[in-house]
Amino acid sequence: MVSPDNILIVDDELQIRRLLEITLSANGYKISEAATGKEGLSMAATSQPVLIILDLGLPDTDGLTVLKKLREWYLKPIIILSVRSSEEDIVKALDNGANDYLTKPFRTGELLARIRVAIRQSKGPSESPILNFGSLTIDLANHTARMKNELIKLTSTEFSLLALLAKNEGRVLTHQYILKEVWGMGYIEQTQYLRVFIAQLRKKVEDNPAKPKLLNTESGIGYRFGS
Amino acid sequence: MNGFIENRPDPDELLASLITEEEKSKRGKLKIFFGMCAGVGKTYTMLQTAQAERLKGNEIIIGYIETHNRKETASLVEGFELVPRKIYEYKSTSVQEMDLDAIIARKPQMVLVDELAHTNAPGSRHTKRYHDVQEILENGINVYTTLNVQHLESRSDTVAQITGTIVRETLPDEIFENADEIELVDLTPDELLERLNDGKVYTPERSREAIDNFFRKGNITALREMALRIVADRVDRQLHDYMQHKRIRGPWKSGLHLLVAVGASPYSGKLLRWAKTLSYSMGADIQAIYVETLHILSVKEREQLDKNIKLAKQLGIKVRIITSNDIVRAIVDFALKENITHIIVGKPRVRNLISLFRLGRFVNRLIRYSGNIDVYILGSDNQSKDKFRERISIPPFTSTIRQYLIIPIFVLLTSVVCYLVKDYIGYQVVSFILLFLVSILALFFGTGPILLAATLSAFIWDYFFIPPQFTIHIEQAEDVLMFIMFFIIALLNGILTSRVRRQEKKIRIREERTHALYQLTREFSLVSGIDDVTKIAVLYIEKYFRFDCAILLKNELNQLESQVNHDTKIKLSENEKSVAAWVFKHAAKAGKHTDTLPSADYTFYPLTGNNDNMGVIAVAQTKLFTQGEEQFWEAFLSQISGKFEREFLRNVAKNTFILNESDKLYKTLFNSISHELRIPVATIMGASDTLLAQSYSEETRHKIYYEINTASIRLNRLIENLLNMSRLESGRITPRPDWCDVHDLAHTIAVNLEHELLSFKLVTVIPKDMPLVLIDFGLIEQVLHNLILNATQNASEGTRIRLKFYYDNDLLTIQVMDRGTGFPTSELSSVFNKFYRGKEAKAGGTGLGLSIVKGFIEAHHGSVVAENRKNGGAIFTIKIPVKISEMDQFSKHYT
Repeated sequence: MVSPDNILIVDDELQIRRLLEITLSANGYKISEAATGKEGLSMAATSQPVLIILDLGLPDTDGLTVLKKLREWYLKPIIILSVRSSEEDIVKALDNGANDYLTKPFRTGELLARIRVAIRQSKGPSESPILNFGSLTIDLANHTARMKNELIKLTSTEFSLLALLAKNEGRVLTHQYILKEVWGMGYIEQTQYLRVFIAQLRKKVEDNPAKPKLLNTESGIGYRFGS
Repeated sequence: MNGFIENRPDPDELLASLITEEEKSKRGKLKIFFGMCAGVGKTYTMLQTAQAERLKGNEIIIGYIETHNRKETASLVEGFELVPRKIYEYKSTSVQEMDLDAIIARKPQMVLVDELAHTNAPGSRHTKRYHDVQEILENGINVYTTLNVQHLESRSDTVAQITGTIVRETLPDEIFENADEIELVDLTPDELLERLNDGKVYTPERSREAIDNFFRKGNITALREMALRIVADRVDRQLHDYMQHKRIRGPWKSGLHLLVAVGASPYSGKLLRWAKTLSYSMGADIQAIYVETLHILSVKEREQLDKNIKLAKQLGIKVRIITSNDIVRAIVDFALKENITHIIVGKPRVRNLISLFRLGRFVNRLIRYSGNIDVYILGSDNQSKDKFRERISIPPFTSTIRQYLIIPIFVLLTSVVCYLVKDYIGYQVVSFILLFLVSILALFFGTGPILLAATLSAFIWDYFFIPPQFTIHIEQAEDVLMFIMFFIIALLNGILTSRVRRQEKKIRIREERTHALYQLTREFSLVSGIDDVTKIAVLYIEKYFRFDCAILLKNELNQLESQVNHDTKIKLSENEKSVAAWVFKHAAKAGKHTDTLPSADYTFYPLTGNNDNMGVIAVAQTKLFTQGEEQFWEAFLSQISGKFEREFLRNVAKNTFILNESDKLYKTLFNSISHELRIPVATIMGASDTLLAQSYSEETRHKIYYEINTASIRLNRLIENLLNMSRLESGRITPRPDWCDVHDLAHTIAVNLEHELLSFKLVTVIPKDMPLVLIDFGLIEQVLHNLILNATQNASEGTRIRLKFYYDNDLLTIQVMDRGTGFPTSELSSVFNKFYRGKEAKAGGTGLGLSIVKGFIEAHHGSVVAENRKNGGAIFTIKIPVKISEMDQFSKHYT
């Protein structure tokens, strides 16, 4: 580690900023803080953070607007940390380019895990076409998957779905996004396809389909591969 | 204790009596200066009394005074404030009238209004001045007024007999009887004549004329006697009332009840007046009865009947209308029911033998049936002209010209056919065919045309068929007999048939009305909400009365609001709105066809409920109602008003309930939440304080951290619940259903409650063929979260919690079962209530969880019930109607 990664926190609540600063500093990150959207936008340009934690309820501008403006040029991960907990708000933020979403109150352990995933992914996809998750191995090049070294029979749609989720390990993908990527634009309303295929995939790739570890449901929002 | 309470007066009654007392005292007092005729000095006395009152410091103004240019009177007017008269333009002349609104707006203590019986100019608010006076009194203003004996309704006949002058301007006796004070202004006839001669009453020329006609000494004495007697009677009655009121033993009210039978004859008016006078002197109460028979009233008769009934009302006599074919029976039955002691009927004029016979029968039957009820039969006189003929049983000739034209065509056509075949059937059979024709026609045509048909066919039969043909002459005796019989049978046939038809029609109308009322009541019982009630009311009024209407209802502040039905042609102008306001305030009808504000375009009726005025209905009524229609209309209105009143009361009750509920909610919230909020906050504060104060061992620190963590989770849960509750309360919960795999649901909950479920065994049961269901994942997740959390709080550690899903017949069933203590049976129905806490519940619950469950499930149009399990523990069963995915086949195909 040459220099610590810089994380920008955009939140108007001093107490939250302080808590994040303590937690993140203790975990080896460097912190910059902004209390308003305007300040956040300029700080993002000057301090070049590897990740931004953004609150949606800002005093000057709506967090969603800040998110959109950031996404015009900022390509690194943005994690939303907000009290807004409705599925609608979450999906909207994710669709507008947020990498992840946590609602306040949150567990700091979970936040740290999400930050790690986001930073890892932003450093570019793995070079290797082989992805390993415990007993599951996915070969992206050959379009095959193995459980405990046994080849599993997957339809092409099932494989596309599995591959999409696996490539975004740790990141929540919205229903619409998955449907669009796997089935195509015309299918973004067909959540029942998704449900059926996820159920089938679980039977094939999970150790215990009733207690999935890989294909996790984010209720009302989408799916997240792995933890 | 209870007995004590029962002996106390009913507070409602007490309140009611207080209100009447208060209303009485709020109403102004009416004093009438009463005299035998013009010129006795009523106006003069009134002004004198008023002057004396004014000197005492009372605020008195003059509303309307006619000084008739009498010098002494005019001098007394000085010093009073005069309300300027209002000028009405009427047929190119202008008429001055009292300005009612100005007086009410001025609101003095007392106002002087001359000539109580005066008729107002067209265009005024009321047709009569006494209406104006009533309104002034209602506004709490005292009134002094003047009145001559000849204007009293019940005496107008007698006055007409004495003086030969018919009095047009009459005053209902009721007003006179209810006056607070009557002062008799009396003069001896000689003094009056002297005054007349001196020109103190009229100008000399008019005086002479007046003395010759009206003011003859005999007349004056008679009028004077009448006036004195009326006042004496009044004093007598006041004494009675006083004695009764003060419970002084003495002549009580007689306990006599009079019943006077009225009809459509002008003579009934006299009968009513006479009966009223009789009731005065007997101290009896009185009511009138009109028996509606099959006989159809002519337009004139109906007008007279309406006039009679109106007169009865003016005399303060209640009129009951009863439909029956037997007048005697109807009267006697009614009399027995109402404990009548005296029946008063009029004696129709005997014109001929038949009517004498009919009268005899009528009187005999009445006397026979009436038993120990006294019967008075009052003779008619020549004074009131009996303009109408005696009732003859022939119905009126009201058929149209068209019918008269069609009838001969039928008869002629039939005759021609008969003529062609008469050689084969014989001329006698022809008579039967013609009779048959007349009978058939009687089914479709009125009496007049049938008589024409009968006559015409009789003539044709005689002329063309009975030998010798083509003469009216009949040779054979039996043919003469047959001709006469033919004629009689044809006539009777026609008359009887049309009679039956009329009876049928009457019964049909009555049935229709009963049916309409029944329908209206039924429809009303099915709907609620002012809008729907209005819609139905308007619909039915249009259907049965065929006129447009506008309904105006009051608001919570008891003010008349604007129209509630907008899809009507009636658009009320500002003027008409003020008429409506008047009607609402006074609970009396007004507008077109009434005595009040008759110049309005619509008729306004108050919607009077049992306790309150609900509003006003304005109708585009084209003609006056007949008695039957009016009754029907009143019944209709009372149904409508009653329904509106019930709706109002329901709203009031609902609001009160909501208010109570929210009050209760607030208190519970305060008690429960303040406790629930403070405990975790106290834990966090205390624990962190400990940490800050000194350093502890790693192990102790860890314990304290754990407590902080637990407290914050508890706090968070409470906040979540409160937020969900407020979302539910504000009605903001609308499920957004999406396809859901219930395995997902079960797993998500298991993960989220991992910590709480550590010491339990959660068993999830999902059938193999469980389809995808359309529900709101987030809401149902919250529901199951709450239910399972509830189970962990109630069951003892180590027991099983079962979560079971199944789908059957469009219904998703979810069950959550535990092996806890269950619920006390008496509390089973209230577990979903807000802030319900089990008696032995562990600390940490808010009492909101289960009510949120219910709210969310109901948002899905589902149901949830709580029961106790046979072997201990609770079971919650949720049933939600759901759609399932057609992907089933699809998925089977893939697996």
